[in-house]
Amino acid sequence: MTAGTAFAGRRLGRYAYVGFCACAFVFLVAPILVIVPLSFNAEPYFTFTEGMLRLDPDAWSLRWYRSIVEDEQWGRALANSMIIGVAATLIATTLGTVAALGLANPAMPGRRLAMGILISPMITPVIIVAVGVFFFYSNLGLAQTHLGLILAHAALGAPFVVITVTATLAGFDQTLMRAAASLGAGAITRFRRVQLPLIAPGVFSGGLFAFAASFDEVVVVLLMGGLDQRTIPRQMWSGIREQISPTILAVATLLIIFAVLVLFTVEWLRRRSIEAAA
Amino acid sequence: MKVGLSPRLRAAGLTVPLIAFIAVTFIAPLGTLLTRSVYDAEVAEILPRTMAVLADWDTSGTPSEAAYATIAMELLRARDERTLGRAATRINRIESGLRSVVVKTPRRLGRDVGTEPPGAETWRDALVAIDEAWGENATWRAIREAGQPFTSRHFLNAVDLETRADGSIAAMPESRRIYVPLYLRTLWVSLGVTALCLVIGYPIAHAIAHAGSRWSTTLLVLVLVPFWTSLLVRTTAWIVLLQNQGVVNDILVALGIVADDGRLAMIYNMTGTFVAMTHVLLPFMVLPLYSVMRSIPTRHMDAAASLGATPMQAFRRVYWPQTLPGVGAGSLLVFILAIGYYITPALVGGQSGQLISNMIAYHMQTSLNWGLAAALAAILLLAVIGLYVLYDRVVGIDRMRLG
Repeated sequence: MTAGTAFAGRRLGRYAYVGFCACAFVFLVAPILVIVPLSFNAEPYFTFTEGMLRLDPDAWSLRWYRSIVEDEQWGRALANSMIIGVAATLIATTLGTVAALGLANPAMPGRRLAMGILISPMITPVIIVAVGVFFFYSNLGLAQTHLGLILAHAALGAPFVVITVTATLAGFDQTLMRAAASLGAGAITRFRRVQLPLIAPGVFSGGLFAFAASFDEVVVVLLMGGLDQRTIPRQMWSGIREQISPTILAVATLLIIFAVLVLFTVEWLRRRSIEAAA
Repeated sequence: MKVGLSPRLRAAGLTVPLIAFIAVTFIAPLGTLLTRSVYDAEVAEILPRTMAVLADWDTSGTPSEAAYATIAMELLRARDERTLGRAATRINRIESGLRSVVVKTPRRLGRDVGTEPPGAETWRDALVAIDEAWGENATWRAIREAGQPFTSRHFLNAVDLETRADGSIAAMPESRRIYVPLYLRTLWVSLGVTALCLVIGYPIAHAIAHAGSRWSTTLLVLVLVPFWTSLLVRTTAWIVLLQNQGVVNDILVALGIVADDGRLAMIYNMTGTFVAMTHVLLPFMVLPLYSVMRSIPTRHMDAAASLGATPMQAFRRVYWPQTLPGVGAGSLLVFILAIGYYITPALVGGQSGQLISNMIAYHMQTSLNWGLAAALAAILLLAVIGLYVLYDRVVGIDRMRLG
């Protein structure tokens, strides 16, 4: 092989690599981006009409957004999602942060086993969790109640808090706690005044993970929730299965905006906690 | 300084509340699931005296007159207590066709039945007159079997085995083998999706890790947006794109690649399941790969090149081996998530793209054969626990990171 052909081959390889990556990124993002313009479709179709392609203003409309606001089912679903999500997040974040403090302590006995148990809800397929939770909570009379879903979602969300806060604590300077102790601060004061403010970004982003896990969870809701516990994803599920209308696309667009907000918040928090550790 | 608990106890004590919470809200339900897969006392509780009489029966021919009299009484009572349907369903699962026999018997016996058989010499004659099934050995075997609170039936059923009349265990006839092929399909789809994620995810992660700081943040966001976007939104997106009148077909028709009446069926079949699942799980492959690749210095590749390696050699001998921990972590994570996937196949899989989790949901919600659903789920759970232990060995659970 001459140097010339090797060089050409290398260039070709480089183009192939860039081209493949470009396609892969398009595959990742395009489906999500396609939804956004389609949600402004004036017609009840899931495809671009000729008018839309001509950028004819009459072909675009906000009617599907209006129908979300007018349909009280979506309002109720949002309320349910918020109630269940916030309550589950509070439980998961509180218990998860406390547990992470223990796990991050070098004196913690059996750390690997404890971590294994605490993370298991995240790894178990949700369908299995949903079946088990349905049997168990039915016996307790908690099926088809908000409380049942809150407890199940808290268990599903806790691992995210444990992982995030443990990672944050790995960068925490323990000498600060000893310094506080030498100044006479008790254990509670030390945690509240010194440690918590420094790990707060980690705790908050763990909480966001837990909230997102609950906000997007549909299998447990499907099996255990009743008509009164319909959440946003549950409502979308029946929308897709039963009476598919572009209202779904409008809701989807709002959820994409929500996802982007969460993403940037988590990134911002991550940077803050790195700066705090540095 | 105060003398307090030992540091070990204090650290362990902090984890106790969450461990207790997980034990009650998560591990106990899994225990109930396992119990459900082998235990069902419903029939034993609805027909307790019948079961006591049948315990002495030698399972040949039909049981004694006492058994006929007892079951007639208990079926009448079950009708009044509205538990008859539950018993009938369970007996029917063992011998199909018995549901109607069980349900119609108390109805035909009528109300106000005394201790004497109505319109017949014996209870046996009365019941056989209602349905000849009461004179058959198989009927009574099925009732006796349904009355056993502990049973391996669901697990046998879940792996396409059955108990023959003589008590031996054998494979079901070919036409009724559903679950083993479905487990195998789930396995193949999961492996396929994992492989696709690796092939697509590896270059993506590489690009993010080595694109220079300005590009790399932008590219990372392109992975994180789908990661954070609701699963249902992403599945909806694929329906919009791939359906018959969808965007992709429209583009193909507009470009003249396919005819308007020859639109491709890309959804509600296995293709839909594959494409949508790969898309949904891709970030779980990219993120662990990226975090490993980020720590590989570019000068390793430069050094290999300066020693005369071609890019291919340098990649194969220097770069690839260093990324193996990320490959292992990402692949296992994607595979574990894939074998339990429910939502995406249910919405875009059609008939041919269903996986084992869809069958579990079907038995939970539609056929209401909860014992079988529990057994199918228990087998899946075992597989996941196996993979989880493997993940711990390969990657280490305590090294798991998000984003």
